[in-house]
Amino acid sequence: MSSMRALNGSSAVALAVKQAVPDVVAVHPILPTTLIAKDIAALIADAELDTEFLNMESEHSAMSSCIGASASGGRVFTTAAAQGLAAMHDLLYIASSYRLPIVTAIANSALSAPLAIGPDHSDMMGQSNCGWIQLMSENSQEAYDNIIQAYKIAEENGVRTPVMVGMDSLCTSHTIENVIVENEEAVTDFLGKYDAQNSLLDSDNPKTIGSYCGNDYYFQHKLEQSKGIESSRKAIKEVGKEFGDRFGRYYGYFESYKLDDALTAVVVMGSAAGTVKEWIDKLRSKGEKTGVLKLRILRPFPHQELGETLTQFDRVLVLDRSLVPGTDGGPLFNELKAALYEFENHPQVLSYIYGLGGRDLGLKHLEELEALLGETEDIETAGLKHRQVGYINPGI
Amino acid sequence: MKDRHEIIPGVVSNEPGSSLKNSTSNYRRGQKPEFNGSTCINCFFCWVFCPENAIIVEHEKVAGINYDYCKGCGICVNECPVKREPLPLIMVDERVEI
Repeated sequence: MSSMRALNGSSAVALAVKQAVPDVVAVHPILPTTLIAKDIAALIADAELDTEFLNMESEHSAMSSCIGASASGGRVFTTAAAQGLAAMHDLLYIASSYRLPIVTAIANSALSAPLAIGPDHSDMMGQSNCGWIQLMSENSQEAYDNIIQAYKIAEENGVRTPVMVGMDSLCTSHTIENVIVENEEAVTDFLGKYDAQNSLLDSDNPKTIGSYCGNDYYFQHKLEQSKGIESSRKAIKEVGKEFGDRFGRYYGYFESYKLDDALTAVVVMGSAAGTVKEWIDKLRSKGEKTGVLKLRILRPFPHQELGETLTQFDRVLVLDRSLVPGTDGGPLFNELKAALYEFENHPQVLSYIYGLGGRDLGLKHLEELEALLGETEDIETAGLKHRQVGYINPGI
Repeated sequence: MKDRHEIIPGVVSNEPGSSLKNSTSNYRRGQKPEFNGSTCINCFFCWVFCPENAIIVEHEKVAGINYDYCKGCGICVNECPVKREPLPLIMVDERVEI
């Protein structure tokens, strides 16, 4: 029986981890992931969760411990954000090439410098190249649902790829919302037991993992590794459907909101999607034909599906909550535009960067961009050039 | 490497001791140690310090160099305490096979 609880994203994640029954939780929590670690520690102290809790000296060590434990056949969990995720950087490549189904919760935060703890996608964007599956959550409900699905996707035979589940720091991690939580037995049953392949502790089949390899075989290993994350494209959809059949909430690569007869669309990830949906509702009531595409899966990038969906619009506004200095437009914008290149119809794609360092994205800020979502002639009258990168409320 | 390298997902090497199949002799570039037993005092300094365990020992005496694994680092020559000619270990030039 599911029940409704008032939980912030951190507690929702901790509860999902509890229900996944990990063997090892190795953490060195940085704000805003401290509440996740605190909740898990409290569950262990109250004898509600029996797991090996490792208090590591750094995030690098936390990921290192996860790699060792996962390679030895354990289901593991860790959490990181901002500089903490960056500290794990070299190990993330190792975790994915070892094909370990590690699940990590990320409370997406801005990277120093200057120091800022508010929501910002820079930390996760910076780790898009390390071979991990990346999921983004809009709210506490999605954070809970995504952690559960993450274990199932990661541990699927043929996938065996680590997953990072993002949720916006503070807006989601520290904000209490209604969350439907599922019955523990139902979740444990949905996930099953982790069947490790090539466990280091299998003494009948001794092995070494991750040894030196010359340039005569490295390429082949990378291609073999890619098969895993490519297999996850199917697994993500299947698990999203299975989760829906089981618990009533269906998931896929993205959520389409009022896109059916739209002429323009806004692409967004994370908690700002809520505000954007409200903005779209207002525009719809004024007769504008527009909608939102809320992207859930960042890696593997669903270029085919995004292309098929977005090429039907005249104009697409891509909102990025990170800025990559030295590139033309935000990272999501650039990746999306490249995906659209393969298709025959090219909508006008605009990049807007918002909310860096946790700056709030309010309805009033979005309302200034109304002309962009109207009839396509309006962009000329609004005086905006085609290739201009926009900044929402930059403060300058 | 002569053996076909099997690509097991997760970079798994599941054959214990398989590193023996990899002859590290190709690390040598132009020089190799040569052993002359006539003046060897069997102190085993060369054997202790060789990073590749490439000093061959037979019947509790140093017998020679295993050139399949000798990388030509010259540590054995450096550590040998014998000063009497002919030296037990000297570095000689070696033609490199490409």
